[in-house]
Amino acid sequence: MTDTALELAADVRAGRRSAREVVDEHLAAIDARDAELHAFNHVMVDGARAAADAVDVSVAQGDDPGALAGVPIALKDNLCTRAVPTTCSSRILDGWRPPYTATVVDRIAAAGGIPIGKTNLDEFAMGSSTENSAFGPTRNPHDPTRVPGGSSGGSAAAVAAGFAPLALGSDTGGSVRQPAALCGVVGVKPTYGAVSRYGLIAFASSLDQIGPIATTVTDAALLLEIVAGHDPLDSTAIAEPAPRLRDVLDEGVAGLRIGIVEELTDAEGIRPEVVAAVEDAARALEKGGATVDRVAVPSATYGLSAYYLIAPAEASSNLARYDGVRYGLRVEGDDAAAMNAKTRDAGFGAEVKRRIMLGTYALSAGYYDAYYGQAQRVRTLIIRDFNRAYDTFDALVSPTSPTTAFELGAKTTDPLAMYLSDVCTIPSNLAGHAAMSVPYGAGADGLPIGVQVLAPALGEPVMFRVAKVIEDASP
Amino acid sequence: MAPKITRADVEHVAQLARLALTEDEIAALTGELGVILEYAAEVSALEIDDVPPTAHPLPLVNVLRADEVRPVLDRDEVLEQAPAAEDGRFRVPRIMGEAP
Repeated sequence: MTDTALELAADVRAGRRSAREVVDEHLAAIDARDAELHAFNHVMVDGARAAADAVDVSVAQGDDPGALAGVPIALKDNLCTRAVPTTCSSRILDGWRPPYTATVVDRIAAAGGIPIGKTNLDEFAMGSSTENSAFGPTRNPHDPTRVPGGSSGGSAAAVAAGFAPLALGSDTGGSVRQPAALCGVVGVKPTYGAVSRYGLIAFASSLDQIGPIATTVTDAALLLEIVAGHDPLDSTAIAEPAPRLRDVLDEGVAGLRIGIVEELTDAEGIRPEVVAAVEDAARALEKGGATVDRVAVPSATYGLSAYYLIAPAEASSNLARYDGVRYGLRVEGDDAAAMNAKTRDAGFGAEVKRRIMLGTYALSAGYYDAYYGQAQRVRTLIIRDFNRAYDTFDALVSPTSPTTAFELGAKTTDPLAMYLSDVCTIPSNLAGHAAMSVPYGAGADGLPIGVQVLAPALGEPVMFRVAKVIEDASP
Repeated sequence: MAPKITRADVEHVAQLARLALTEDEIAALTGELGVILEYAAEVSALEIDDVPPTAHPLPLVNVLRADEVRPVLDRDEVLEQAPAAEDGRFRVPRIMGEAP
């Protein structure tokens, strides 16, 4: 199943293939291999077929179903889908059927796209390997003994395995880009506010952003164009129309100034072969007419520490809503408080509890200034350093992940080692800037390496131009 | 410097977070939170009092709309997902003690 979303949609719109046939082929691929990989928590067999039939009726009537006509799209299972199970891979939401649908899912459907299933994730998107799912881990399609990355590991694995040409994930500290890198696909974290989060179950509200995963840069641009743009239902959605990305994709990088971020490339723990891939990609950009230089973003080194105060603090507040009252699990207790506490202990997994505890501590009386307040000041420093870099450079590059995909179980007993997987991706979330991962060759273990392209807020057009040149040069 | 995390700290925070942790969880978290906070302490140690905090990457503005009646979530559909409902409302255990 090597067709891109662009090719599939073109075929369906022209009546050369039926959407039903496309969907059935992808359902067959899922059927053949997802028992092994566990990319999906729930496959929307009937819903996908019904949506495909509707697209085919529309084509038969001479109507244009839209830019995603008949294209199966996998949805991270923290995106609400009305009447379809939405779990966040947590026991606390097991069996819940949301009474509403996320804006991004509505926009996909309006463009003729076919939601095909809900993908596995680290519980509430907290993790970097998808091993924190209450329903068991997802495996990397390139090597099932390895993790797919996380937290959008199910979405990245689904695209890499050919279960769907497109997927949506969410990225709070690298949760789209890192699994994309580990699965050898393209993953984008758009500018904060570029995509509506209405219907995305909140983790850390000042960081969360929904982004596309695809096999090609062009397909990622296609999906981002569909889901981006203002939404009155999300007060943090920027009041701008979606960017035109495919129009500029082939403009190349001649004349662009590209910086290699020293702090995210020379950092301890980043494998030499990953650094070599970034340097090789930079040479390809030079060959394309860009000037490349190294650039310092000194405060990026504090990104991980600041993130692990800010994200848990916000999570502890956002996850207060799981109280056994309105939805999901309830464990009875003598009074409401005991019911709340028993429900939450039974419903949340170890990593979610760890972060709720960390965040509650960091926000508690006497510690707020030393932890959360201080982390927010570091955030200002990171934004200033990036903005200074963007005075001189149009876009930046770095590794996406310090290593290729690691083995299942390798980091599950050491939370801090797992957190270090996101060292290169976190600074963009703290800054609210755009960033994406593009596959670039493989490591000695044969597993994919991702190169990260970073751009300022609303810098998606230039970021995609750079990504396209890197993709075209990839070995 | 990160203060040492004690078992009493963990019990206190668990109470604030409404988590009925087991003995094993309390023991594990006492160690783990200390390690993570020690790592995070590098930001606490920075002398950056003069730097303004960033709460949010966008300058947020209050969003208003006309106060008009319009369709919202269907009540029955919402209550159908609740662990317990009665008379069109969420049903919860007793919140306060018996009247004296």
